[in-house]
Amino acid sequence: MNTETPSDYLDSLLHGRDVVPETRADWLKALRAQAVERANALTVPTTRDEDWRFTDLSPLYKAAYRPSARPGEVSAADLGRFEIAEAATRLTFVDGHFAPAMSRIVPADGVLVANLPDALATHGRLVESRLGTLATTAHDAFAAVNTAFLHDGALIHVGRDRNGVAPIHLLFIATRNDGAAYPRVLVIAEPGAQCTLIEDFIGVATGGYFTDAITEIAVGENGHVAHVKLQRESQGAFHIARTSVQVARDGRYSNWSVALGARISRHNLHVMQAGEGTDFSIDGLALIGGRQLGDTSSLIDHAHAHGRSRQVHKTVVGGGAHAVFNGKILVRQGAQHTDAAQQSRNLLLSDKAHVDTKPQLEIFADDVKCAHGATVGQIEAEELFYLKSRGLSDATARNLLTYAFAAEIVERIPVKSLVERLENHVLEQTRIKS
Amino acid sequence: MIRENASVLLEVRGLSAKIADHNILKGIDLTVRAGEVHAIMGPNGSGKSTFAKVLSGHPSYEVTGGEVLFEGRNLLELAPEERARTGLFLGFQYPIEVPGVTNSAFLRLAYNTVQGTRGVEELDPLEFDDLVREKMKLLDIDQSFLERSLNAGFSGGEKKRNEILQMALLEPKLAVLDETDSGLDIDALRVVANGINKLHSPGNGIVLVTHYQRMLNYIVPDYVHVMEGGRIIRTGDKSLALELEARGYDWVAKEAA
Repeated sequence: MNTETPSDYLDSLLHGRDVVPETRADWLKALRAQAVERANALTVPTTRDEDWRFTDLSPLYKAAYRPSARPGEVSAADLGRFEIAEAATRLTFVDGHFAPAMSRIVPADGVLVANLPDALATHGRLVESRLGTLATTAHDAFAAVNTAFLHDGALIHVGRDRNGVAPIHLLFIATRNDGAAYPRVLVIAEPGAQCTLIEDFIGVATGGYFTDAITEIAVGENGHVAHVKLQRESQGAFHIARTSVQVARDGRYSNWSVALGARISRHNLHVMQAGEGTDFSIDGLALIGGRQLGDTSSLIDHAHAHGRSRQVHKTVVGGGAHAVFNGKILVRQGAQHTDAAQQSRNLLLSDKAHVDTKPQLEIFADDVKCAHGATVGQIEAEELFYLKSRGLSDATARNLLTYAFAAEIVERIPVKSLVERLENHVLEQTRIKS
Repeated sequence: MIRENASVLLEVRGLSAKIADHNILKGIDLTVRAGEVHAIMGPNGSGKSTFAKVLSGHPSYEVTGGEVLFEGRNLLELAPEERARTGLFLGFQYPIEVPGVTNSAFLRLAYNTVQGTRGVEELDPLEFDDLVREKMKLLDIDQSFLERSLNAGFSGGEKKRNEILQMALLEPKLAVLDETDSGLDIDALRVVANGINKLHSPGNGIVLVTHYQRMLNYIVPDYVHVMEGGRIIRTGDKSLALELEARGYDWVAKEAA
């Protein structure tokens, strides 16, 4: 491993591009070239940047992670464990490479789910018209690098008024230490269309690796996209993801983001109104311990009138872990009758655990309803006493209350088997046996 | 019921306790024998609820004097969970809500923990389900109770029934019920009181902490104690409760002074 200085770190990442296959699509060539240029012009973030004040990425900058030419091995047993019963279609990507043998596409009328190069062959214009338009590379070095590597990825297109589609599972597995993967997802829900998307980032590698992911979601008029993002990378991993969502008039977007893994993770979530009367529901949970750092940075952009948004972000922080939440709600001029509420609730399990939470409201309209609040605390003595008075030991009572705190978010996820799995995970994490 | 030769469950001698710098309990003496029902009454702020909490080991209170023996054992040196396992139960005035943990999972955990200490075999979810449904009938509790989160969104009456359901499962030797009657309408009060009566036996004791006499219409106390200023200032039989209902508390304090 080389030691890089932040100023040329992007350059060292870009050196891994020799494994990216050529493309025949001129627009994609241009998009990649533009991204390389952008990456060369940008520098990686440091704690001197306001947006990264609490998140020190220098451990990432100590190694130049490279994508592999071929995917690593995933055992059948592992793959079986990652199965989500409710999902019919599943695209699997291993170390950034599409893995057709581990994927299954169940045809559904009016629904297209495909690996990006396949989608380019049949739906080139559609992809060209949207890809890279929501997550722009202008100020985001990691978005630029992701785009420079753009090759495999998922396209989901749900046709006009299509609904009742089974949840679509996108599985990203990392197997190689020191590897890098640049997953890319584009979701287009046409007017009136509904779908549920499950993004699942899993590490079976034991050491450090880097995931730099981008997901772009366009929700059409009256459409609804329900989006579960599950981050369970290996404990040594670096996970930086951007989710950029644009919602047209009367459309709905629901998001449940759960962060359990990675040494350092950062989720940039940007949800924007592209028309009036939209409805956003954003739930986040970070459950971290040890030396983990989990950072969520969200921007909810009310750019039109009559938008409603509800955001609850919870963190459970144990050991010497560090959780960060930057949540901005922007209400632009003319976005009258916006109804926005945001809560940041944080539970510290040890004296060394640490939370930085920064909810922000920026309001430029005068007839709006906005509320936000943040709490950081430990387990309530009164609650603890209640459970102990029923014979539960101190440890069991604490674990039960921790579980309950996290379960409030988990229970809202609309995929039942995932709820059970996550609840079991929390139970294991908190070591309750019942 | 009062029996001469009944064994002593609880022996409190000169118990004093404070919270922060406020002395609340100023020397309480109380003896409860197996089979007895005691009512502790008194005006707001007299220290009744504090007494209940101190017996259960609430961490906010500091015992500053006296002793408490539970079946001859020094209760004050036990942690709250150990007190529960040895057979002391506190019915909370304000039970805590725990969203995300089902009532059934919690009840089974508490049952297996407390009964397990006494050598009772652990029950798996199916076996426990049979047991808990039987106990729920006693309290006229709806079956949907089990799947709901512990006390979350429960009405005041539902919470109190849930407390007594826990008492039914844990089978304490001594139950201290703190204002179990408050917040109950008359029908719910009758159901809860009947449940408590069914759980009462010659082998266990009950201490009812209450502000009002109406619960004592259903659960007949052997002794009624009046608390004032952190002390028991008068002890009588059930007729004392009726007298308090008719005349208030002031006369007791004056006579004691």
